Amino acid sequence: MVKSFGRFLLFIQSMLTRKERFAVLWKRTIDECVTIGVNSIFIVSIVSAFIGAVTCVQIAYNLVNPLIPKSTIGFMVREMTILELAPTITSIVLAGKVGSSIAGGLGTMRITEQVSALEVMGINSASYLVLPRITASILMFPLLVILAMALSIIGGYLAGSLTGAVSAQEYIEGIRTDFVPYNIVFALIKSVVFAFLVSAISSFKGFFTDGGALEVGNASTTAVNNSIIAILVADFALAALLL
Amino acid sequence: MIEVHNVQKSFDGNQVLKGITCTFETGKCNLLLGGSGTGKSVLLQCIVGLMQPDLGSITFDGTVFTNNKVQIRQEIRRKIGMLFQGSALFDSMTVAQNVEFPLQMLTPEMSREERRDRVQFCLKRVGLENAGDKMPSEISGGMKKRVGIARAIAPNCTYLFCDEPNSGLDPLTSIKIDELIQEITYEYDITTVIVTHDMNSVVEIGDHIIFLYKGLKLWDGNKDEILNAQVPELKEFIFSSSLVRAAKRIDDESHTPA
Repeated sequence: MVKSFGRFLLFIQSMLTRKERFAVLWKRTIDECVTIGVNSIFIVSIVSAFIGAVTCVQIAYNLVNPLIPKSTIGFMVREMTILELAPTITSIVLAGKVGSSIAGGLGTMRITEQVSALEVMGINSASYLVLPRITASILMFPLLVILAMALSIIGGYLAGSLTGAVSAQEYIEGIRTDFVPYNIVFALIKSVVFAFLVSAISSFKGFFTDGGALEVGNASTTAVNNSIIAILVADFALAALLL
Repeated sequence: MIEVHNVQKSFDGNQVLKGITCTFETGKCNLLLGGSGTGKSVLLQCIVGLMQPDLGSITFDGTVFTNNKVQIRQEIRRKIGMLFQGSALFDSMTVAQNVEFPLQMLTPEMSREERRDRVQFCLKRVGLENAGDKMPSEISGGMKKRVGIARAIAPNCTYLFCDEPNSGLDPLTSIKIDELIQEITYEYDITTVIVTHDMNSVVEIGDHIIFLYKGLKLWDGNKDEILNAQVPELKEFIFSSSLVRAAKRIDDESHTPA
């Protein structure tokens, strides 16, 4: 475990030393932004809209005390979404989609000698292949989390209105109550940390794949598992530190 | 010229290279010959810098490569072209983009038009001028090897390394690939090192052959000398091929007085 962590730190260091030209890395980063960000919009939208809807319906189901106003449903959906569900669940979904894609892609490049081909050319393969993926993740995760926040709240609104669990007016009143802007900042900080963890861990697992197709599959699975565990640990640590 | 001096390499206590000393000459096809597991590919990886030898030194035209400054190693690496066993083409790029890639990365001063001309020249040189728009998944194994050669020579490499260029190819395509490598070596006067266990390649293009056995260099010479070499391990290796045995028998019979 300690040895692996040491190798991980050396891997990050090798990526940052002897970087390739900025123009090359920029172009690669933009390409990765499309792969990691734009191509994930659909799944993030679906997941977040339904999470918002389910949260709204379940809170309404549990809210049986007539003394508590119905606007509390909107308030709770907003708080849960912004503080936890949007950044964490989105990042877990992206760990599955993006993390496995990064690990599988790099693993395949490794076993088909494409990484060696880069190194023989004198190109820093870690910098060329991994740095743009991490940068793109750090740029795109917060944007996807903002999208997830909006769609989750809209999902709650639609679910509440359509099922009659809460009226539109009460829901809107709830989501406008006691709004703390820092919560958004906190969520975005979390998304940046999660982006780094998912992309760096997945890249590390993929980059050092050794063997054949079976090992590439194993690397993808391990990358997703480790990323999710890292997200949950970091989630707790950030909550304890920043709230 | 590439000089290898006393290169040793072990993996988990198993010594794969036991002090190899040899020279690869400029303008010649230098063959690293040997059976599976004799350390040919490990030696090749040590030479190109994909692996660090435990002991020994490797010199490219007088400049030490092993344990030298990163910048000097990078400079040498940028003169290296390599054809991998599985071709190692970037599967997200077209054939032309694969050939253009080292030019983009290593010679930023080249204009787009110059790069395009160079790519077209290299593809034409390997006989693939009409395959530039194809993806690697759309071309045959032999064509992939040709693209690999085109990519290796695109930035005007000084040293060309080929790791089993004939693996997975039919005999006719193998001969064509061998001939292409030989032509390029002579045409550009580069130092070519080929890892192989293919006896056809040995008799076709073996200007200088180094025979490895269990991590040791047992013999070196050329294609005219190899059939008469008096090293038992080499003789066993050569004559394990039925074709070579038959050719030798015919040759002997033709020299026997009636």
